[in-house]
Amino acid sequence: MTLLDITNLSLRIGTHEILKEVSLSVEAGEIVAITGESGSGKSMTAFSAMGLLPETATTSGGISLSGTDLLAQSEAQMCDLRGQAIGMVFQEPMTALNPVKTIGDQVMETILIHKALPPDQARARARELLDRVGLSADRFPLGRFPHELSGGQRQRVVIAMAIALRPKLLIADEPTTALDVTTQAQILELLRDLVREFDMGLMIITHDLAVVADLADRIVVMRHGEVVETGATQTLLHNMQHPYTKMLFAASNHQVTLPEPPAPSPLLEVKGAVRDYPLPRKNLFAKPEHFRAVKDVSFTLYRGERLGLVGESGCGKSTLTRAILGLEPLQSGEICLDGMAITTTQNPEIRRRMQVVFQDPFGSFNPRHRVDRLITEPFYTLIAPPTGSARSDLIAETLRAVGLQPEDAQKYVHQFSGGQRQRIAIARALITRPELILFDEAVSALDVSVRAQILDLLADLCEAYGLSYLFISHDLSVVRTITDRCLVMQKGEIVEAAATEEIFATPKHPYTRALIAAAPQLPELDQGVA
Amino acid sequence: MTRNLILGTGLSSLVVLAALVSFIWTPFDHTAMDIPAKLQQPNGTHWLGTDHFGRDIFSMIMVGARTSIAVALVAVGIGMGLGVPLGLAAAANKGSWLDEIIMRGNDLVFAFPSLVIAILITAIFGAGAINAIAAIGIFNIPVFARITRGAALSLWEREFILAARVAGKGAARISGEHILPNIANLLIVQGTIQFSLGILAEAGLSYVGLGAQPPTPSWGRMLADAQTMVSFAPHLALIPGSAIVITVLGLNLMGDGLRDWLDPKLRLAR
Amino acid sequence: MLRYALKRGFSLIISLAVASLVIFFVIEIAPGDPASFMLGINAEPDTVAALRAELGLDQGKLQRYLAWVGGMLQGDFGMSYTYRTPVAGMIADRMWVSLPLALYALALSTLIAFPAGIYAAARRGKAGDMAVMGATQLGVAVPNFWFAMILVLVFAINLRWFGAGGFAGWDDGLGTALHSLTLPAIALALPQAAILARVMRSALLDILGEDFMRTARAKGLTRRQALWRHGLRNAMIPVLTIIGLQFSFLLAGAIIIEQVFFLPGLGRLVFQAISSRDLIVVESVVMILVFAVITVNFLVDLAYALVDPRLRSRT
Repeated sequence: MTLLDITNLSLRIGTHEILKEVSLSVEAGEIVAITGESGSGKSMTAFSAMGLLPETATTSGGISLSGTDLLAQSEAQMCDLRGQAIGMVFQEPMTALNPVKTIGDQVMETILIHKALPPDQARARARELLDRVGLSADRFPLGRFPHELSGGQRQRVVIAMAIALRPKLLIADEPTTALDVTTQAQILELLRDLVREFDMGLMIITHDLAVVADLADRIVVMRHGEVVETGATQTLLHNMQHPYTKMLFAASNHQVTLPEPPAPSPLLEVKGAVRDYPLPRKNLFAKPEHFRAVKDVSFTLYRGERLGLVGESGCGKSTLTRAILGLEPLQSGEICLDGMAITTTQNPEIRRRMQVVFQDPFGSFNPRHRVDRLITEPFYTLIAPPTGSARSDLIAETLRAVGLQPEDAQKYVHQFSGGQRQRIAIARALITRPELILFDEAVSALDVSVRAQILDLLADLCEAYGLSYLFISHDLSVVRTITDRCLVMQKGEIVEAAATEEIFATPKHPYTRALIAAAPQLPELDQGVA
Repeated sequence: MTRNLILGTGLSSLVVLAALVSFIWTPFDHTAMDIPAKLQQPNGTHWLGTDHFGRDIFSMIMVGARTSIAVALVAVGIGMGLGVPLGLAAAANKGSWLDEIIMRGNDLVFAFPSLVIAILITAIFGAGAINAIAAIGIFNIPVFARITRGAALSLWEREFILAARVAGKGAARISGEHILPNIANLLIVQGTIQFSLGILAEAGLSYVGLGAQPPTPSWGRMLADAQTMVSFAPHLALIPGSAIVITVLGLNLMGDGLRDWLDPKLRLAR
Repeated sequence: MLRYALKRGFSLIISLAVASLVIFFVIEIAPGDPASFMLGINAEPDTVAALRAELGLDQGKLQRYLAWVGGMLQGDFGMSYTYRTPVAGMIADRMWVSLPLALYALALSTLIAFPAGIYAAARRGKAGDMAVMGATQLGVAVPNFWFAMILVLVFAINLRWFGAGGFAGWDDGLGTALHSLTLPAIALALPQAAILARVMRSALLDILGEDFMRTARAKGLTRRQALWRHGLRNAMIPVLTIIGLQFSFLLAGAIIIEQVFFLPGLGRLVFQAISSRDLIVVESVVMILVFAVITVNFLVDLAYALVDPRLRSRT
């Protein structure tokens, strides 16, 4: 019998139609990946199976687990099934655990709430479970609190809770999206092992097609609440039917062609940069200790060069970015733009030569200002900012350059989609024709299809304006196509610097090798890619 | 939930209107004594009855509304006028000695309830409405400083503020141009809440004789006068008390309504 | 934990020191010389000078401040200017009316607010929630001293369940004393309970939206189990902040409400002292009140650490 069988599931919340006639199934011991872009309904499909939908949701169709109709179960019956027959792992390990309870108590709770074992045995079982997910007793006693663990370790605790009663079905909703690539690889490995060991069915929801291709036995592609294509992984990858599937895979592996950079002449020079953060004092009289986020970093970015900076969270790349922007002081060393030292004091000479595009397309703009005011904010650095028709012409030209319309100048940001907002952010960075632009995870929050468009835009702008930029990202595949040269950062240090293709072809530093090995790869797709 | 807003604004406007009308008209002179007509129950002539000197209670309530509103309003003004700039400055210089001094100063003022501030001020300068204003106003400063700092701090982490910094704008300019407009709703809502708390505090202070002094009428002192007569003339206590409840209730409903109307996601410690 | 407690203890001492400085120097600005005030306008300059020396008023400001603080640490609050008796004796009895009243009210307010807030949060949007929220909206708007007058009218004058005022003292046993503090405590507690219940409800509702509540439901906990096991303790963090703030309101309220019930507490003492310009009594009472507020907030800080393990490990 099929383990999980979803047939013609439709879901509406209020007047919103979230899911339309969704059908899919998961067999025991099988890994099924549901993928799609934001708004595709993939997470809601998972929550429907858990019976954890908002109260205003109405469903039709059927969800059956080993023949039990889940939609017909009472809330009390669903409580019995959750945790026992179905386990779930969530996206945000940092917030998925109760901060005021120990990890031991939280793992034991799954066992105790279903009265599966008496308390003393439940405690021993919780210990075994934590050992099984890779949290050993010596470093992770049951009395640890969540805040003492890293994101990856917390995700292991969440997994331990989910598999405590050996559920037949495990649902994982973007389980590695919030994690670094090396941690992601370990967590995926753990999930794969658990599926084999327990003969569980795993329904994994992820937007990352490389993860899907790597892990899943079967793939379900969703868009706007509908299943557009489904099939065994190898079959589907090599014989895509639906144009949306083809577009999705093509966009995930989108390549752009950058123009040749000009002959090297230094633009940004970072010499021996050191940035310390004071740690909270251990006691009143002790000297404050410091955490060194950036350790003696030196590199040069040449005029017309597209330089990448990759590293995992906490490696110091954000701190370095802020120091280059002159938002934070250095403890020693120096950063020069065109020969002028960058400091935290407001020097308009430097400010006007440098701009930035941030990650979050929603937080990057004052919601109360119109687009024309938003993108002209850098005019503040100019001695004689354009006025009157010169100003409106420049606004119109810049908006056109990033693929928007001049009329958009009078709108507010909430009227734009995430991708369009990122275009506005680029317009703001471009309007004063700065010599250097910093892209701080500028495409990381975007869906793959939108990301591909923004990467195209950047390539076009390189052609048209001869941009020099520093592209900071954790996403290796993006950095690979959009930069000429690349720096790899680990624990506050640049461990490797070379031409991008060289780094990816022949990585020299062990950390770079580990990073590249951990990143899931889309297989070479021989056909059908539009 | 605009029902709250309508009801609250209606009640509050009623009280403000009574206070304004009292400048040009009251049914009787609120100070005129008429001993033969003393302690009357509400009737056709004296709509809310008379007190132990035969004064018309309705007129006293109208004029008393002035005192309450003036004291609470100026106290909110003091709290906002000083607290908001302090909070903005503390947030703009997070972790600096300035932030530290402002926040420790706040903690210190929080240790002095407005009654205690009123006691100290009265001990030095004697009683009066100005003291009540100062006492409640001083207590409001850390309230606004704290809420401003908290909201401003989270905004300072937002990327649009970083973008403004990259454009070379200074802390003062960013605070005025980006931070203040984005926390204005929060401050308006907190302002109505502090306004209503100010009405309650003023009543308490005049009740114990630390607020407005005779002949300035105030609801709190009317209650103090009523206390000994409560067994045989309960309306003397019920009427001014109800006036306070209606005013405060109206302001609170208005605050809640405003909060829901301006921003459903706005969170307040209340 | 110990380190956290020591750190909070250290800042408690600093706060007390700064508060005492502020109080001392504010009283210093007050016009008039206590010695001439005590002796009346007809006093000989020599006698005034002698009394000034006796009271230590001829010394420097800093010296007098240190002497005042030093005295208080040993329980000596100086001599009343009006009654010429030790202030400590005058305060001692009255303090044991005002402080217990405030604490009694705090306990009542918490006892009422917790169930009301939890009930409302659990029935969000339903009739029970609406009723509780409506009642608290009204409760927040009621001045406690007026509510006290209504209580006297109903329960003391009409029903005669309680005396209309006065305090039996602690000598006749706890029951009698608490009986005479019950009406005032209820009058103080209900309006504060209304505020606290609203905070409790909104804190719980905030927690209900947290990711870990969804995790709990995924383990198979019912809505109610998740609320009790995971919601409540997390909701305590904002609630404790309000409880700390409330004590200061309750103490101020206690001082006002003493006037309604003719209770011989710090309120009556300080208001008399203000009118007779007995500034040393005012100074001492204010210091006691501020001491109580700062100490209770220190205890709240410690309670935070018990609730939240993140505070315990961070120092």
